[in-house]
Amino acid sequence: MIRDVLTLLGKDLRVEWRNQELALATLFFAAVVMLIFVFAFLAGDRPSAEVCSGVLWVALALSGTVGIARGFEREREGSSFRALLLSPMAREVIYVSKLTGIALLMALVAVVALVLLVVLFGAMVGEIWPTLLLLLALGIVGFSAVAALFGAALGRAQSRQVLLPLLLYPLTLPVLIAGTRATALLLSGGDAAQISFWLRFLVVFDAVFVSLGVWLFEHVVTAGEA
Amino acid sequence: MKLSPWFLIVLTLAVFGLAMAPQLIVAAPREVTMGLVQKIFYYHVPVAWLTFSGAFVCAGGSAAFLFRNSERGDRIALAAAELTVLFGLCVLVTGPLWARKAWGSYWKWEDVRLTTTLILWFIFLAYLFTRKYGGPGARKLAAALALFGAADVPLIYLSVQFWRTIHPKTTVVSTLGPGMRGPFWLALVSFTLLFFVLLELRLRLEAARVARDELVLAVEDWEDAQ
Repeated sequence: MIRDVLTLLGKDLRVEWRNQELALATLFFAAVVMLIFVFAFLAGDRPSAEVCSGVLWVALALSGTVGIARGFEREREGSSFRALLLSPMAREVIYVSKLTGIALLMALVAVVALVLLVVLFGAMVGEIWPTLLLLLALGIVGFSAVAALFGAALGRAQSRQVLLPLLLYPLTLPVLIAGTRATALLLSGGDAAQISFWLRFLVVFDAVFVSLGVWLFEHVVTAGEA
Repeated sequence: MKLSPWFLIVLTLAVFGLAMAPQLIVAAPREVTMGLVQKIFYYHVPVAWLTFSGAFVCAGGSAAFLFRNSERGDRIALAAAELTVLFGLCVLVTGPLWARKAWGSYWKWEDVRLTTTLILWFIFLAYLFTRKYGGPGARKLAAALALFGAADVPLIYLSVQFWRTIHPKTTVVSTLGPGMRGPFWLALVSFTLLFFVLLELRLRLEAARVARDELVLAVEDWEDAQ
């Protein structure tokens, strides 16, 4: 199964490597969002830890959705997603490979957003970066678990561009709450026990939603509608 | 369509209970600290209970539809989702009305129950939105959303609870005065019966709509054949 996942992931990465559309568009979008936040929040004083963490996670969620929507749209245009569903490959493999692809894209965005956070907002990530990266990774997996299922399932649904964020944000709200709280605590040197709670919370969220996604993908995503 | 005797009994009991409840609520003793505004509790708690029950009924119906292809399950899910949104709206109106008097502001994000209800309400609005505007294939997508939403409820609750450290511990029901218990349970049972009445009516409406669609298709086929 792992080999199949890697084959599919390799295909997606190769397609992306050739035109870099998703990565560039998503990164540019994230930078623009951060720039908007600079003008919205920076009016003199150094922004608080809450503002910094909010900016990071909102930029990640918004630009992630843009990338995910475009990614599935591109597959639809070439009918390649339908071809994939008609192939004898197990549905779990398709789901896990899409999840990994989305997570990699979002990880790239997260790294750039983090750098921009340090440069534009003066956030201090000196000693906390390993925990912050772990936190971002866990949050990204949770977000991608939901996004991979609904992005694929939206198929040819009408008004899918509107529906994806409508479905994605309410469902992933616990990830955003956990992410923003823990990041704010990290940036302000807060209580280690609370940070550890949020990390464990994200592990549980990831486990529940990845399992649910693997389980439901087969029933929800069908070649007829892709 | 003929109404079953069970439906008529439940309907009569619900009407009777809802007609009796206001008189009992007026006669119930006044709460010492909150006074008159406490009486909203007799309606607020039953509708909140039905909002969450509706969400889980919807998830159950969706599971039956996804895994067993049950058309009835799908109709139950749709009816329950509509009732969740309807009763949820009642919760979101009565909650702040009470909060304004008790806490001095309409909304406190620290209140885990109200905030969880709001997020749940958004998830089920997204469900109805998907059903209405999703086009073909949206039923499966919506079913997945309902299952994800139901799995999300405990996680939302937990995350909101730890999001802000101060949150009111509400163990109100077990500490009710003897004069308040009667009207409370009457209201709870009556609203629950009302839920089943509305669910059954909505199921009948949906069945009628499906039957009409089939007739229209049959007539079109017949006209084409002529």
